Parts: sequence; structure tokens; C-alpha cells
Amino acid sequence: MDYLITEQQTMIRDLARKIADEKIKPVAAHYDETEEFAWPIMKILAESDLFGVYLPEQYGGLGGGILDMCLVTEELSRACGGIALGYAGTGLGTLPILLHGSEEQKKKYLPDIAAGKKLAAFCITEAEAGSDAGSIKTTARKEGDKYILNGTKQWITNAGEADIYTVIASTDKTKGVRGASAFIVEKGTKGMEFGKKEKKMGIRASATREVIFTDCEVPAENLISREGMGFIIAMKTFDCSRPGVAAQAVGIAQGALDHALEYARTRVQFDVPISSFQAIQHMLADMGTQVEAARALVYATARMVDSGAKSVAKESAMAKLFASDVAMKVTTDAVQIFGGYGYMRDYPVEKYMRDAKITQIYEGTSQIQRNVIAANMIKESIKK
Amino acid sequence: MASITILLDKCTGCMLCVKACPFGAIHMANKKAVIDMAKCTLCGACVEACKFSAIEIRRDAGPKKDLTAYKDIWVFCEQKKGAIQSISFELLGEGRKLADKLGVKLCAVILGSGIDDAAAELASRGADKIYMVDHPALKSYQDDPYTEVLVRLAEEYKPEAILCGATTIGRSLVSRVAIKIDAGLTADCTELDIDLKERLLLQTRPAFGGNIMATIVTPNHRPQMATVRHKVMKEAEIDATRKAEVIKKTYPGEVFNSRTKLLNIVEEIGETVNLSEADIIISGGRGMGKEGFALVNELAKVLGGAVGASRSAVDADWIPYSHQVGQTGKTVVPKLYIACGISGQIQHLIGMQSSKVIVAINKDPDAPIFKIATYGIVGDATEILPALTRAFRLVLNK
Amino acid sequence: MNIIVCIKQVPNTTDVRIDPVTNTLIRDGVESVINPFDAYAIEEAVRLKERCGGKVTVLTMGPPQAENALREAISLGCDEAVLVSDRKFAGSDTWATSYTLAAAIRKIGDYDIILCGKQASDGDTAQVGPGISAHLDIPQVTYVKKIEEISAEKAAVERMTEEGYDVVETPLPCLLTVVKEINTPRMPSLKGLMRAKSAKPFKWTADDIEADPAALGLDGSPTRVIKIFTPVQRKGGEILKGDTGDISKELAELLKDMVI
Repeated sequence: MDYLITEQQTMIRDLARKIADEKIKPVAAHYDETEEFAWPIMKILAESDLFGVYLPEQYGGLGGGILDMCLVTEELSRACGGIALGYAGTGLGTLPILLHGSEEQKKKYLPDIAAGKKLAAFCITEAEAGSDAGSIKTTARKEGDKYILNGTKQWITNAGEADIYTVIASTDKTKGVRGASAFIVEKGTKGMEFGKKEKKMGIRASATREVIFTDCEVPAENLISREGMGFIIAMKTFDCSRPGVAAQAVGIAQGALDHALEYARTRVQFDVPISSFQAIQHMLADMGTQVEAARALVYATARMVDSGAKSVAKESAMAKLFASDVAMKVTTDAVQIFGGYGYMRDYPVEKYMRDAKITQIYEGTSQIQRNVIAANMIKESIKK
Repeated sequence: MASITILLDKCTGCMLCVKACPFGAIHMANKKAVIDMAKCTLCGACVEACKFSAIEIRRDAGPKKDLTAYKDIWVFCEQKKGAIQSISFELLGEGRKLADKLGVKLCAVILGSGIDDAAAELASRGADKIYMVDHPALKSYQDDPYTEVLVRLAEEYKPEAILCGATTIGRSLVSRVAIKIDAGLTADCTELDIDLKERLLLQTRPAFGGNIMATIVTPNHRPQMATVRHKVMKEAEIDATRKAEVIKKTYPGEVFNSRTKLLNIVEEIGETVNLSEADIIISGGRGMGKEGFALVNELAKVLGGAVGASRSAVDADWIPYSHQVGQTGKTVVPKLYIACGISGQIQHLIGMQSSKVIVAINKDPDAPIFKIATYGIVGDATEILPALTRAFRLVLNK
Repeated sequence: MNIIVCIKQVPNTTDVRIDPVTNTLIRDGVESVINPFDAYAIEEAVRLKERCGGKVTVLTMGPPQAENALREAISLGCDEAVLVSDRKFAGSDTWATSYTLAAAIRKIGDYDIILCGKQASDGDTAQVGPGISAHLDIPQVTYVKKIEEISAEKAAVERMTEEGYDVVETPLPCLLTVVKEINTPRMPSLKGLMRAKSAKPFKWTADDIEADPAALGLDGSPTRVIKIFTPVQRKGGEILKGDTGDISKELAELLKDMVI
């Protein structure tokens, strides 16, 4: 389908696709197996200017928006959802600075991120604060011109690899979610450590670790916006980042579909390619339609975000909900089309199925997305 | 001036020429053929294909020159550390046939330092005459002195044709010589013959990675120069009783000047012998996995063969680039090529499809490698190789 | 340091197929790409520029559409581009091609080093690089796999041989042809792609490079293609079936004579 993207966006998509095909595909299985972080690929993405596509030109970016970021994430995910997350996770960690940071903070951090010299990470989840993000226990206590951070963030994407961390911590426990604040913490800050690398079902090329703060001193100027804005910053960040997760889901689904199509055309059973069976054809047709519908919703949402629309929470949640469910469905069907081969790790599709699952979970589970969607729908109907 | 014309009254619009053009330079307009001169190389494939003589090509390069002063077939014989390379014997074998057809002498040219012994060896391989230039500066190959000496020899003795191995040295050397003496040069020939009527060397070579073959001549320039692919021609038999006339040439010192300086010669001693020399090659691809290459090495050891690899195995750092077979690696023509866990991308096939016997082991029954394999085994190469190695050990009593 | 890199646009071999009925090349839909070996030359040129400063000029001879290859080279870091294109070049063999490129290089003028891929993937001759150096009468080193040292006056490089490699020192200006081992070409950058889009390659004709008409195209080419044909395609043979042990024995027997 032609989504009438701009010439520059076409260039971005084609370059991301080229890198995915030529550089990521050949190594995807390797990184999945070893669970190493794909630094060589991050270097290629950096040299190709892809880290800067959604950042303003005055900070070394290319001046595009969330749709540009989605195009890159989708193409990279088509080859490997895990490696793509090194890119998308940096976007997530950068958004709080881009959306709410001061001019000084933007000048200090965005150019290195745009150039791909530094990766970023976003830290909100804790052991007892998953879907219930309001119950975070990490604290930030102000002492003179510093904040002292204490607490442990869990399952942080890019932890240990990234240089720049945006951290949500409570500056006033008595105020609940209104007492949360957002901070920029640089890797190497005294009192900041990383836990062991998590062993995951999928997206194994991505680094997931704890980030542990023990009397970690952060300069007061690293506070993003004001005290108490942490939760709002997090929610606004998710509004912009969920299309990115959705794009990752679309990419994973498309990648699995590509493999399934190719396999169906070449796999011969009963003396004919299995693509000649209607049972397979209908599966392929459904998969193709679902992927395209998800893509259309993701692009439309990303465009809405880029237009500066005030409230995008519902649409972003819809995009992520729909695309991640499609990813799970399509990758499962891809394994089905491959039959026994699909279940074997020598063949690429089971990895897509493992990678797809996380898109229904992180940055808000599908259930939380439904909560967001319904809450907004009800709110809108009351207003009418 | 050379030109190509479509005779519109004869053209029936049958499109045979469109199909025949290897360069996609012909299309139809108003049911007549039109040639895009930006793409046309005047190769003449369309002229042959046209059943209606509707394409006229003019490619005569001016009046015919008097070329009678040029005679004899020369073979440039490559030596390394004083040892004549086997490609030279192949060229002498082929050169003998050509010289006999033309009724001229077969001459060997050898450059080196302290190479007196070479004369007898070259004579035994069929050379009638040997041009020998012995100088310390010629001990190892250097572009400048080798070019200068060969240019001077050719200008003085005027050979009809010069054959040279399509080796790194050969290709570097004669490419320069051909420019300096205004000669025609055809690269990487796999077949040579003589058109007796015109006294022309018919040089046939693969192009487009072996997808098409072209026969090339040098009508109006002498010498006719060709580099010839290694291991395609048969080596000349040894006849120790043969004698040859030896012409030892000396030149003034400046002829041997070299702008480049050879600082060091490094021989990389690996598990393998030189791939392009090997009669048996066992190659591994993506399907072997890193550890699987030990199995490839093992079989190569038992068979006394060399180890090759596909590009993906090299890109994955399982084995150094020097082992890569294919378009961006080496072209090999062994007697036996065993491809293990290699699917057979066109880029790989280009480098090995001229092997005499090809064995393919791959778990994908639809892998392209099976389309060119003499024998195929569908299965996991990492499981089959140990069994195959055992079987060969039995056969060879090792 | 002024670097010239010579490239050729070739059909992508991955796409080249033979029509099984007519036995001719199917060129429909075959994409044109930069000769894979030239990609290494471009990368090495850009690396040399990053190492020593200066400028990279990319040069090609070909039809007007070869401009695409030049733009791609710019997206990879080349600064200027020159296309020599003229109907008079039609039918050039390696002699006439290297003559034409040498004439264009003379017109570019100031250069310290010329880089070429070791050969083109369509012709596979490996003759044009050395031909250019012969026409320009400058030293050459072929099959270079590493530039060890380089200064304004000279370079020490590693030349691949069948047995290993030679370390060769050459004065500048010189011509080097490079092999795959020398580097891993980078991906284009978005900023490079945008620069490539707006770049204006120089377009020179035979007159512009002050070439002798008699030395151009088919007239200037000593060799003539007299026949083009499709080789007999190799056919797939026998698939051995059965237990691993049995087929291994069977194969070993079949190949016995070859391996003894």
C-alpha cells in the first residue's frame, strides 16, 4: 500500500531496509543465540545517521518525527526485533528530554544521541511497579544542588550499554504519582550500578538489566521539567513511543510473513508447492491483511503525533494494542506454515514468534492499553 | 568509423535480435528494431541472430596492416623463487598445438635471477626457443622491470602471439605490456584455437561470471596477447631428450629500474595448499557452523585437498578470506569439489561451476547447488561429513 | 591528498539469469550496481581522505545512466564525480577503456593516488587498472589488501599473491587495484544520500578530454568480439538416497579413482 510518505522518508526507509537486509539478517540468529549486544550494528546505524531521523536539525538530527522513527524501527525489526530494540529503546530514553527537557539539556544530550555516539534508556519499571507504575519505590531526595537517588529499576532496555538514562523517581512519596519526577542520569555516575543480564524468551539481542541506585548523586540541573512532573512526562513519553513499539510489532510480523510466503512457494508436499493449497492461501491472505491494517493504523497514529495533536493517548494505545496482537497472531501462523521446520531453531520463524510476544507486554500490556483506550473513549463521550 | 545499422526494409520485427543482445541494447519501436548506442558494444550477437540479414555491422579498423613480420607463439613462463610455475607448462602444452597449426616455433620467455637451469626444463616441455633474461632485479616479480624487459623483447623479436597465465603476476604484467606495445589482449581465456585462413588466434573466455562465452580476435594488431586460466589446459608432457635454442638477452642497467620496491615476501602457511592449484577442494558454507569447519578440515586432510569456503562462512569469521571461493573470492577448477552446507548462491557457483566433479551436501533439497552437482546428498552436512570421512579412510586404507 | 577512484556500473549478477528456452541472458529487471570490487576502492579512498585529508573524485566511463553509480559513490563519501560519456566510446575494449579513463584523469589533473577495484564482475578482465597506469606511466601495485603506511611521497602496501602477500613500497602518484580483504565498505549515510541527490557530476565527452578519436571505442580497440554464445549449462546429477553410512560408502566408491 502506498502511504504517501515523503521523499526523505522513502530514503530513510530504504536505507534502513538495506541495512536490515545486508547487515542485520545475516547476524540475527547469532545475536539471538549468544544474547550479545549488537554493537557493530549500532555503529552502522550511527554512521548512517539513522539515530537522528526524529530529532530536530539544530541538535544534529534530520528534522523528522515519530513516523520517521517508526519507519526505521519497522524495517530493522523485519530482520531482528531484538537488534531493533537497541535503536527503539534509545528513542524511548530520548523522548523525555526531547519533549520536556530544557534547552540546555537538549543541547547537551541530543547531538550525541542524534550522531549515535551515545545510546539512551528509559527507567520506570520496578519489581513491584509494573502496570501499576504509580507505586514506584525509587526515591530522589534533594540535598543542596543535588538529588540523591536510591532504588532499583528492573528490566531496563539498553541498561549497561546506554550512556544516558532518563529515570523516574519519587521526590515526594506523600503525593503518590504526583510526587514523581524525571531525571537524566549519565552512565558512570557514582552510585549507579547494573544488575545481571536477564535471560529472555525473545528479543535476546537486546540488553535487559537492573539499574541500581545507591546514594547516587545527580546534579539538580538534570531534573527534567519540575518536581512532580515525572508521571506526566512518562505518560507523554509513552504516547509518543507506543507507535514505535507498534512499528516494531509490524516489522516483526512482516518479517515472519516474508519468510512464510517464501517457504510456502518453495516447500513441496504432495508434489506441489504448499502455496497452491487453499488452506495455506487463506492463512497468507489473513496474515497479509492483518499486517497491512496494523501498518495503516501505526502510520496514521504516528502522523497524528507528528501533527502536534494534543491528545494521542487513545490512538497510540490502539496502534500498539492492535499491532502487537497482529504480530503474535502472524508469527504464530508463520510457524504453522513452516510446520515442523518452523518449530526448529535452525529456521528463522520461531524467533519471530518469541520476539513478538514482548510487544504485547512492555510499555504497557495489552490489558493496560485497553484500559487507556476505554478510559479515553468514555471521557470523550462524556464531553460530547 | 565503426557502426551498426538496422536495414529497415529487411527488419521484420521478429525480435530475435532483442533476445540475442547480451547488453539489453535493442528494443522495438513501430515493429522495427532500434539500437540504443549508449548500451551497444558492437559485439555482433544480434547480427548472427538475425535471420533476415537486417543488421549491418561495420567494425573494420582501417586498412589492413602488414603483419607478416610477426611470427612464433610465445609463452611467458612464470617463476617464483626460481621454480617454474605449473601454469607455464599448461601454456606450453597449449602453445605447442597452436604453433604446430601455424607452422611456427613455440618460444618460452623466462625472466629471473640465476635461472640457467630453467632452459633444460622448458625445452623438455616443448619450447623450441627460449628467451632468457637473467638479472638480479628480476629475481622476484616487479611491475616496472618485468614490463620493460618484455616490451623490449616483443618489440625486437615480434611474436605473433604471447600467452601468459591469468595469475596475479600475469594479469598485472601483460595488461601493461599490451598498452605499451599497442597490442590486443584478452583476459582469462579458457579455450584457444587458430583461424588458419586469417592466421588469427581465436580466444574464448567466459563473461558475466560464466553465463556467456565470447570468442575474441585481434585482427589488426600484433602480438595477439592472451591470459589463460589456470588448470584448464593440459600440461605439456616431459620429453627430456628435447633441445631448444637459448637466447640470453642482456640490457643496460636502467632497463631494470623499478619505481616500486619489494620490501618483503610473506608466505602464509595455513592448513591449505594454494586453492587455485588444488585438485580436490572441500568447501564449507553457512550450514556448517563455526565448529563444523573442523569436519571440513578433517575430510580435506584425508583426501589431501584444500579447504574452501562460501562468502557467508568467511563473513561470519569462521575462516579467513583467502579461502573464499566465488565472485568476490577465488575462481577454482579442481577435479573434485565437495560443497558442504553451501546453498549455492550464483556468486558462489560462478567460482566453482567449472569443476570436473561436484558433490553437494545440503539439507535443503531445493538448494541451487544441487542443480549443478554431479552427486548430491540431502542432509545435514555436519552429520554426513564424519561418515563420509570414515568411508574415504576405508577406501584409501588410511 | 587528492584521490581518484575509478568505478564501473555493472549488472547485478544476483539478478542475471539465463532464459532456458533461448539460452540468452535475461536482462529485464536486472538492476545496475557499482561493481562489487569498486565498492572496496571507494571505501578505501574515503578512508584515506579521513586519514590524510584531501578530496576524493570518483570517475566512471559509461552511458548516461552510469550517473546513478556516481551518485551512490557520493553518498558513500566521495566529494566530486566525473562521468565520461560519448557514443564514440561504444565498443571499447580494455585498451580503449583504459586510454579514455587515463585521458579523463589527465584532465582532472592533480592526483596523488588512483584506486580501482581489482576487476569488474561483468568482464572479469582485471586489465583496465593496470592499463590506466601504463597509459599514465605511473607505478602500480595490483591486488592490494592493505595500505600499511602512506605519506605525501610514498606508500607501503600489501599485494596479495597466490601464496600470501608481498609488501611493496611505491612512490606517489601511483595506481592501486584493491581486493575485498582491504576493508568492509560502509553503508551510505542519510546526509550522504541527500548530498548525492543534489550533486552535479561533471559530464565530459571525447572532445572534453582531448582524446585522439582513433584511439576511442571500437576503432581504438585492438580486439574484436566475433562470437557470443551460451555455454552448455551444467545439469544436476544424481541425488544419493539412503542411510548416511551407506551413501557415504557409495560416494567414496564412486570417487575412489579421483582421490587416490
